[in-house]
Amino acid sequence: MEPITLNWYLALSAVLFIIGVLGVLLRRNAIVILMSVEIMLNAVNLSLVAISQALGETSGQILVFFVMSVAAAEAAIGLALVIALFRRKTSVDVQTLSLFRR
Amino acid sequence: MLAPVLFFLFAAVAIAASIGTLLARNPVNSALSLIVNLLAVASLYLTLNAAFIGIVQVLVYAGAIMVLFLFVIMLLNLEATPVLEAIDKRILAGYAGGTLLLGAITYLLARGLGALPTFEIAESAAATGTPRALALNLFTTYALPFELIGLLLLVATIGAVMIAKKRFV
Repeated sequence: MEPITLNWYLALSAVLFIIGVLGVLLRRNAIVILMSVEIMLNAVNLSLVAISQALGETSGQILVFFVMSVAAAEAAIGLALVIALFRRKTSVDVQTLSLFRR
Repeated sequence: MLAPVLFFLFAAVAIAASIGTLLARNPVNSALSLIVNLLAVASLYLTLNAAFIGIVQVLVYAGAIMVLFLFVIMLLNLEATPVLEAIDKRILAGYAGGTLLLGAITYLLARGLGALPTFEIAESAAATGTPRALALNLFTTYALPFELIGLLLLVATIGAVMIAKKRFV
């Protein structure tokens, strides 16, 4: 069996990213949409780590470290927004959000 | 050589778990599938010899962020969506957009992957995945972004508490 090259990791990263995009487009539950965003961030992280290791560089992994911090902040803010949304509408279905459609 | 077997095993688990996140009707099952996906990706980091990032992935993502998700899901006491969601134009547009993007990225992948120089993940890459190698760069070249990330997390914490407060909305 031939050794795994960088291309395989990039292909896997693209597939995971597309699954995340589909989740954002298709699901209506706000929490599941946030989880799909996490899948997308994770897919990009995977390609960053793979490229960084293939080039023998640490910079890519440091960027991944920063992306993880931003993802944590994003999850906290997003879930706080979901809680605020649930208080007003008693639902987390994004289809119920029609505040500006008047 | 064990590496290809491990790669395909963890890649299959990651893809299956992320599809499970997408398809699960109950948000709790979605979150549990996502945890499996994150653990599989952490294992992929380990196959890349990126030990530090792999462990941080387990601690931060699978540990902290997913606990936050599960906590909110249980706090809101959500019900599973009914089996048949009403299919309207927006859902169809979502399918169409997703299929289009899938086609575009597949096309670019098929064209671009052959053109990429074929790197192999070298055994020596273990040296750039250690906490020591990362810290040497993180606390010198990237010291300012590191401090800014701390500030960002502080602001996000305060913002999250403010938004989720009862009197705010």
